[in-house]
Amino acid sequence: MTLSTANVLEPSVAKGRRNGAGMAIWRAIRSSGKALTGAILLFIFLIAAIFPQLFTSVKDPNDRAYGLSLPPSGEHLLGTTSFGQDIWAQLVWGTRETLIIAVAVGVLASVLSVLIGVTAAYLGGIGDGVLSLLIDVFLVIPAFPLIIVIAAYANGGNLAVIILVLVVTGWSYGARQLRAQALSLRRRDFLESARVRGERRSYIVIFEMLPSMVSLIAANFLGAALYAVLTAAGLQFIGLGSPSSVSWGTMLHWAQTAEALQTGQALWIIAPGLCIALLGAGFALMNYAFDEISNPALRRVRRNRRNNVGK
Amino acid sequence: MRYVLRRLGMFVITLWVALTINFFIPRLMPGNPAEAMMARFRGRVNPDALHALEVAFGINTQKPLLVQYVDYLGNTFTGHFGTSLTFFPQSVGTVIVTALPWTLGLVGLTTIIAFVFGTLIGLVAGWRRGGALDSVLPPVFVVASALPFFWVGLLLILLFSVTLGVLPNDGSYDVTLTPGLNADFIGSVLSHAILPAVTILVISIGGWILTMRNNVVTVLADDYIRMARAKGLSNTTIMYRYAARNAILPNLAGFAMSIGFVVSGAILVEYTFNYPGVGYMLLQAVNNEDYPLMQGMFVIITVTVLVAILISDFLTVLLDPRAGAEG
Repeated sequence: MTLSTANVLEPSVAKGRRNGAGMAIWRAIRSSGKALTGAILLFIFLIAAIFPQLFTSVKDPNDRAYGLSLPPSGEHLLGTTSFGQDIWAQLVWGTRETLIIAVAVGVLASVLSVLIGVTAAYLGGIGDGVLSLLIDVFLVIPAFPLIIVIAAYANGGNLAVIILVLVVTGWSYGARQLRAQALSLRRRDFLESARVRGERRSYIVIFEMLPSMVSLIAANFLGAALYAVLTAAGLQFIGLGSPSSVSWGTMLHWAQTAEALQTGQALWIIAPGLCIALLGAGFALMNYAFDEISNPALRRVRRNRRNNVGK
Repeated sequence: MRYVLRRLGMFVITLWVALTINFFIPRLMPGNPAEAMMARFRGRVNPDALHALEVAFGINTQKPLLVQYVDYLGNTFTGHFGTSLTFFPQSVGTVIVTALPWTLGLVGLTTIIAFVFGTLIGLVAGWRRGGALDSVLPPVFVVASALPFFWVGLLLILLFSVTLGVLPNDGSYDVTLTPGLNADFIGSVLSHAILPAVTILVISIGGWILTMRNNVVTVLADDYIRMARAKGLSNTTIMYRYAARNAILPNLAGFAMSIGFVVSGAILVEYTFNYPGVGYMLLQAVNNEDYPLMQGMFVIITVTVLVAILISDFLTVLLDPRAGAEG
């Protein structure tokens, strides 16, 4: 009797919990100034990445169609490069590649983190030992030199190579956090009861464990995306990206090669760096807000204090 | 003791994995980049050096992979990284010896400064939770953590070197001076270090502040703090003797996480300022397709980072008996 009702009820309960998590995230975004700022930043860049034509009339940002090193004007908002390209147009079109890298690495690294972290916690014993060792090793090997070496042998990275090395070097931090949380969940009552009900392992992991880890997984996605934005920019800056690609890091590379700072073209350096910083800040602010959701101890205490004063 | 052994084991395994990756990457890449490099350098360097390179990269050799691998590990542990092509005829070892002190000085000192000040600021912020410092700092440093290292360096160059012209932005000392223990040279070294150091500081200090602040907030909820208050101890005593001492331990453990991040950033900072440390040399090697130098630099950076982590592990176990008991 009890068993059958549980079976009937369970899917809807699980679904309810998932909606609950989604709603909680949405409410948290609305109520936190940090998260809202982050979300707005990300939204603007998303629009620029999908519809660059909304912001600029230039069709090919690499086209050397204009005067060299022009100052900012109505025609060229941020002036032109010393190769005669429109800086504003490069900036707008560059959003796409940067965002693709961020999202692809964020998603793939999160998936890898979940797979390895949760599997380790679920297996326990030797399996956990081996996977934990793997996580720890990847955690401490200095990632950036490794990325540089791989990219150098791959003869400058195309997009796929860059994404691949960033995923390989970027999953371990999240995996460790997820393993820790999955371990602490393992003995919770709702998982025990699912086990007693005789649910399949896959069901327990997918429908019971994962929904309760949503906010941590989201935080991981944001952290990995931030890591990807900064590291990819660094890689492109030192000339290991594809030199003909349109991205903020590549812009910085050409600006530095052309000694933009020394020749009075500071905007060529400032603008793409600022975009990287703003996109990164978008991810970081959202991440910080998620941290506050999953760790209530970190929340601001001001409101409580005001209530106390009121009393 | 078990903890110490485990950390040592971890050190050895990580080093082994890094070295193994270093060995296999050039051999697995399509189009054999090492062979292409050899072709370019044939006739420009002497045959002996070329032969040494062939051995190092497993070209024209009948030796099975396993033997090559063992040879490679042996050479690495005895410090034989081969000859640099960029700085020919210097050996890679010589380049490392000249580059490493610059990086250790710059990154080491900056990391210690960042740790000390970051921890202090974080302590105050966490202690006065919701206060002015606490409301301003976290968002500021969250944003700072999203800044690309090298871009901050470029902005500093723009402000202090190009616009104001007060600080140098190129190299590690004025090349017209003779290196030695005289005031001019030391002053030159220091003034050249300011901008790169500030760049690293600006970005790395935020992490220390945030984690310390969060640790303090967690610690303040503990019973022994309440007990200390009940005993009527002064606020300063509780803050420094009770809260800080316990909150700093996880921060120290976080060092392992942050050192890789700082070193990654330092590579870009060295590149931006043409600062002749290991990161700069690594990128020189990449630009010149100087694979022996590149591999040597990768090994030395990895070893340095792993040793730093090992030291912080041992410090943790010295200061926190709980860490040792876990194992």
